[in-house]
Amino acid sequence: MNPVNYLYLAGLLFTIGASGVLIRRNAIVLFMCVELMLNASNLALVTFSRLHGNLDGQIIAFFTMVVAAAEVVVGLAIIVSIFRTRHSASVDDSNLMKL
Amino acid sequence: MSHWLAAAGGNSASIPAPHVEYGQLSPMLVVFGAAVAGILAEAFLPRRARYWSQVTIALLGLAGAFTAVIVLASQGYGSTRVDLLAMGAVALDGPALFLQGVILLVAVVAVLTYAERKVEPKAGGVPVDAFVAQAAATPGGEQERAAVRAGFASTEVFPLTMFAVGGMLLFPAANDLLTMFVALEVFSLPLYLLCALARRRRLLSQEAAVKYFLLGAFASAFFLFGTALLYGYAGSVRLGDIADVISGEAPATQALLSTTQNDALLLIGLALLSVGLLFKVGAVPFHSWTPDVYQGAPTPVTGFMAAATKVAAFGALMRLFYVAFPGLRWDWRPVMWGVAILTMVVGAVLAVTQQDVKRLLAYSSIAHAGFILTGVIATNKQGLGAVLFYLLAYSFVTLGAFAVVTLVRDSRGEATHLSSWAGLGRRSPLLAAVFALFLLAFAGIPLTSGFTGKFAVFQAAAAGGATPLVIIGVLSSAVAAFFYIRVIVLMFFSDPQPGGPTVAVPSAFTATAIGVGVLVTLGLGLLPQYFLDLASKVSPFVR
Repeated sequence: MNPVNYLYLAGLLFTIGASGVLIRRNAIVLFMCVELMLNASNLALVTFSRLHGNLDGQIIAFFTMVVAAAEVVVGLAIIVSIFRTRHSASVDDSNLMKL
Repeated sequence: MSHWLAAAGGNSASIPAPHVEYGQLSPMLVVFGAAVAGILAEAFLPRRARYWSQVTIALLGLAGAFTAVIVLASQGYGSTRVDLLAMGAVALDGPALFLQGVILLVAVVAVLTYAERKVEPKAGGVPVDAFVAQAAATPGGEQERAAVRAGFASTEVFPLTMFAVGGMLLFPAANDLLTMFVALEVFSLPLYLLCALARRRRLLSQEAAVKYFLLGAFASAFFLFGTALLYGYAGSVRLGDIADVISGEAPATQALLSTTQNDALLLIGLALLSVGLLFKVGAVPFHSWTPDVYQGAPTPVTGFMAAATKVAAFGALMRLFYVAFPGLRWDWRPVMWGVAILTMVVGAVLAVTQQDVKRLLAYSSIAHAGFILTGVIATNKQGLGAVLFYLLAYSFVTLGAFAVVTLVRDSRGEATHLSSWAGLGRRSPLLAAVFALFLLAFAGIPLTSGFTGKFAVFQAAAAGGATPLVIIGVLSSAVAAFFYIRVIVLMFFSDPQPGGPTVAVPSAFTATAIGVGVLVTLGLGLLPQYFLDLASKVSPFVR
C-alpha cells in the first residue's frame, strides 16, 4: 500500500484533534484531543521513517510516547485538582480572569 | 527479509555505544543531579528539615552549574571553540553558553524569591512561603485547614524549579528537533505544576495552571507535528542536515528526491514549529495565555517564568532560524515581521487598559517579546549579540519587578490592583523608587539597562534592513512608556488610600533578589560596554 495514504490519515487525525481542542469544552476531552494530535504526529513520523529507510522517526515516536505519558501525569493532576474545587471540568467555568 | 530489518540498514550484530562528553555537558548534568537530590530529600528528610536543605541543594546546584559554565567559557568554548556534544544532539557554542549562564543567574535570583518566608503571616505558628500548604487539598476545605494548622509547606517547588531550569539549559543548546522537543516538555511540565501552587487565591492559581497546561500542550503538539513534517522533508531532524537538504548540498537519495519535491512539507513544518516556539515566547497571536497565567501563578514563579522561559525560548527560536533555515530567510522573514509588529503594538496598546499590576507586567512582557523579535529578524551578527544582551537585561528587570510585587500586601495577600498602589511613594519611598527604576528600565529610559538593550536591537534591525520595524518599535515604546509613567505618577503624586496596602519588610532573600535586580539594571545602563562586548564576542551558532 502506498505509504502516502498513512500521511493523509495522520493529517486528518491531527486536524480532528486540533479542531476538537478548539470546539470542545471539557478539559478531559480537550486533553484527549491533544493526545490525538501527538499520536497523529507519531503516525506521520513512522511513515516517514519507512519512506526514508532510516530509523530516526521510529525512535522519535518512542520519545513522544514517553513525553505524552509524562504530560498525562501532570495534566490529570491539574485537571483533577480543579475538578475537586469546582465540581466541573468545563473550561468555560474557569473564567475568574478576564481581559 | 522483512521491511523493518531492511529499514535498519542491515542486521548488524552490535549497537555501538554513543559517545557522550560528560564534562562539556556538566552544566545541565549538575542541575538535573541537584533536582534528583531535591526529590530524594523530599522523600527521606523529616518535614522540618526540608526547607533549608532544599534551598541549600538548589542554590548549590545552580552555583555549581554556573561554575561549570564559567570553566567552559574560560577554556575558550563559546568564543574561539565550538563543539557538538552527545553525537551531535547538543550544541556547545557562544549563544548556548551565554544563555545558559543567564538562565542560571536568573534561577539563583528566582530561588531566593521562592525562599522568602517573612512576608506571609505565620500559619500554625511557623513561617510560610508563597506556596500552598498541600496542593492536593481542596481550597477552603477541612483538609486544607488541617494542613495549614500543621504548618505544611510545598518544598517540592525547589526540585520542580531545578528540573525546569535543566530543561531550559538544554532548550537553547538543542541541535536536533527531538532534543528540542524533549527539552521543551522538560521545562514546561514543572512550570504547569508550579503555576497551580499559590498559597493565596488558589482558584486563580489553579485556573492559571489549567489554562497554561492545555494551551501549552496544544502548542507542543503543533511543534511535534512540525518536527514530523520536517523529518519527512529532510529525512533527518538534525538542524544542520535540514539546512543541507534545503540548500541542496545533501547527497541525494531516492527518498529525498521525492520528498524535497514537496515544499508544502517544508513550509508547513516550519510554520508549525514556529507556532510552538512563538507560544513559549508569548508573541501575538499566541499570547493569550500570558496575562492569565502571569496573574494567577504565585508571584515568585511568575518572575521566574517571565524571565527564564523567554531567555530559553528565544535561544531555541534563533538556533532554529539561524541554523536550520537560513536558506528560507525570504520565506520566514515576512511572517516574522508581521508577528513582531503585531506583538509590539498589541502588547503596548493592551497594557494601557490594565488595572492589575501583574497583568500590566504580563502585557509589557509581550511587548518586549516583540522588541526582541526585531533583533531576531535582523539576521546579522550584530542582531545576535543585541538579542543576547537584551535577554540578560530584560530578565533581571522582570525578576526585580515581580519581587517588588510580592512585598505590597494587604490582609488578603498581595495587593495587585493598581488603585491600591496609589501613594505608595509616600508610604514607602524606597520600594516605590526601586519599582519606578524597573518601570523606567522597561520603558527604555537612558541610564537603565532597558535603554541599552532596546538601542542595541533597534540598531541591529536597522542595519539588517528592517527600518520600518524600528519605526514601529520606537512608536510602541512611546505608547508603552505612557503606562509605565502612569504607574510612577500614581505611586508618587496621588494620595494614599485609607486602609491601603502595607509594604512588608522582606528577609535577606527577597532583599538580595531586588538588590541584584537594581544593580544589574543600573550596571547595564551605566557601564554596558563590558557586557555588550561579551555578547558581541560570542561565536555564531555551530552546525
